[in-house]
Amino acid sequence: MNEISRMRPASNPQAQPKRAEMRVRPTGPILPPSNIQGNALMVVIAIMSFLACLTLGAVSMVRATASSWESQISREVTIQIKPQEGLDMEATLKKARDLALTFVGTKQGTIMDDKATARLLEPWLGAGLDLKELPVPRLVIITIDERNPPDFRAMRDLLHAEIPQAFLDDHRTWVDRLVSMAHTTVLIGTGIMILVFVAMILTVIFATRGALSGNRHIVEVLHFVGAEGSFVATEFQKHFLKISLKGSAAGGALAALLFASLGLWQSRSIATPESDQATALFGTFTIDFTGYLGILATMIVIALLTTLTARFTVMRTIDEIDLIRSDPARSDGLPSS
Amino acid sequence: MTPVAEFNLTEFRSIGRDDALIHFENVGLRYGMGPEILRDVTFDIPKRSFQFLTGPSGAGKTTLLRLLFMSLQPTRGLITMFGRDLSQIPRNELPMLRRRVGIVFQDFRLLEHLTTYENVALPLRVRGKEESTYQKDVIELLKWVGLGERINVLPPVLSGGEKQRVAIARALMDQPEILLADEPTGNVDPPMARRLLNLFLELNRLGTAVVIATHDLALMDQIDARRMILTEGRLDIYE
Repeated sequence: MNEISRMRPASNPQAQPKRAEMRVRPTGPILPPSNIQGNALMVVIAIMSFLACLTLGAVSMVRATASSWESQISREVTIQIKPQEGLDMEATLKKARDLALTFVGTKQGTIMDDKATARLLEPWLGAGLDLKELPVPRLVIITIDERNPPDFRAMRDLLHAEIPQAFLDDHRTWVDRLVSMAHTTVLIGTGIMILVFVAMILTVIFATRGALSGNRHIVEVLHFVGAEGSFVATEFQKHFLKISLKGSAAGGALAALLFASLGLWQSRSIATPESDQATALFGTFTIDFTGYLGILATMIVIALLTTLTARFTVMRTIDEIDLIRSDPARSDGLPSS
Repeated sequence: MTPVAEFNLTEFRSIGRDDALIHFENVGLRYGMGPEILRDVTFDIPKRSFQFLTGPSGAGKTTLLRLLFMSLQPTRGLITMFGRDLSQIPRNELPMLRRRVGIVFQDFRLLEHLTTYENVALPLRVRGKEESTYQKDVIELLKWVGLGERINVLPPVLSGGEKQRVAIARALMDQPEILLADEPTGNVDPPMARRLLNLFLELNRLGTAVVIATHDLALMDQIDARRMILTEGRLDIYE
């Protein structure tokens, strides 16, 4: 109990009828919880968060698709035998397959027969193709152990020495292109994410300055009751943390919902032309558990980024206000009496 | 009454400094390139003293109050607060000193979205105190200023006199060593002005130095107290 309250005249309990003690309502926040500006900022953060999560999901999707392609391609190699006059194609194909299978790391060898080769060429040369009439190269497909691939250089040298018409294609060019494409996609995605974050930080800086300006009277009162800059900053920080948590949760949830819906639509419409087209263009829309974790992480990062930005902006602005307030040479607009 | 501002300065210092909460010496202030609002202002605010600060409009009362509250730096001169030279105190230490000074504004400056109780508790809240440690004291103080039944009311619903009492209670909440009040009776009728004055006197009796900036001659005539009169930036003191 403070000194003043101790020294106050004690009330006479008999003189006044005893009343029930008034209950104090739960203490409200120092900054008013919501206003139009706060709601607008929440919507902006939700949109930014949605875009960031969408970018993250898209990058994760492209990476997954590229990695799946890469894995499919690197699971097999092809030996191409060019036709030559006097060459027994069937025997050469068998020889090439057998030579390849002598290497550790190879699993299985399949010679593409005439029918399969004709089917492969059908789009260009039409149906009913007689391969014997055309000098069409033939293929041997060798399945390899991805974890323990064979020595391609030794295999290529041996094939070249034994069968000069043979050409080994380990699809390295395609794999390199895919890896490069995946890296580019990740880089673009990271760039977009950085842009989204920068735009969000700038928005939050403007919003914080606006909120400070709109709540200048509160800052002044806090100053007059002896609040330190860090206390005021913490109050604004709490205010913006609530706004950003709501905004980023809404944006992130919307992005997650979008991916889940697209994944569901794709799984339900397998083998339809629309789904096949979408799959061919974008791959599968499904993002895995790590993708959803990424969305959650993005939401948290956005909330933290917003809160920290608000804190630093408030500290800086309060410092400016304090400087201007205390310096009579800069106290423009303040009362002169 | 005798003006004392023109006293021998050496003698004045030796009299005033030991028990002075605040000491001003040759303080001058101008806003930007404008004229000097305060000129060579020299005075002490002794512990447990009671004084009125008065003068015509535009004489510099509010500026002087802002200087007293460490909210403004003088253009020249020396100010010591609680024995420390203000120009030597880092800015981040000023809030700690401000906590030893209570201030009441003419326009109350209450936070309209907070209740009477929350407004009064604000100084303790910014000091990081737990509500359970001060709730009883706040309610008791509100009862003392006659607002025991209005603890959950928002300021827009309060009358001028009630708002003024909330502002006074807020300024007193953390037992300041000095209370500055800017036109505390400017918005209330004479009986309420008398009540508020009694409140300040009682507070002064409990040991708080009080400075009341006012135009209200009738209010000043009610008690025999020190008068600090500002005229065109110059200060005369009548004991």
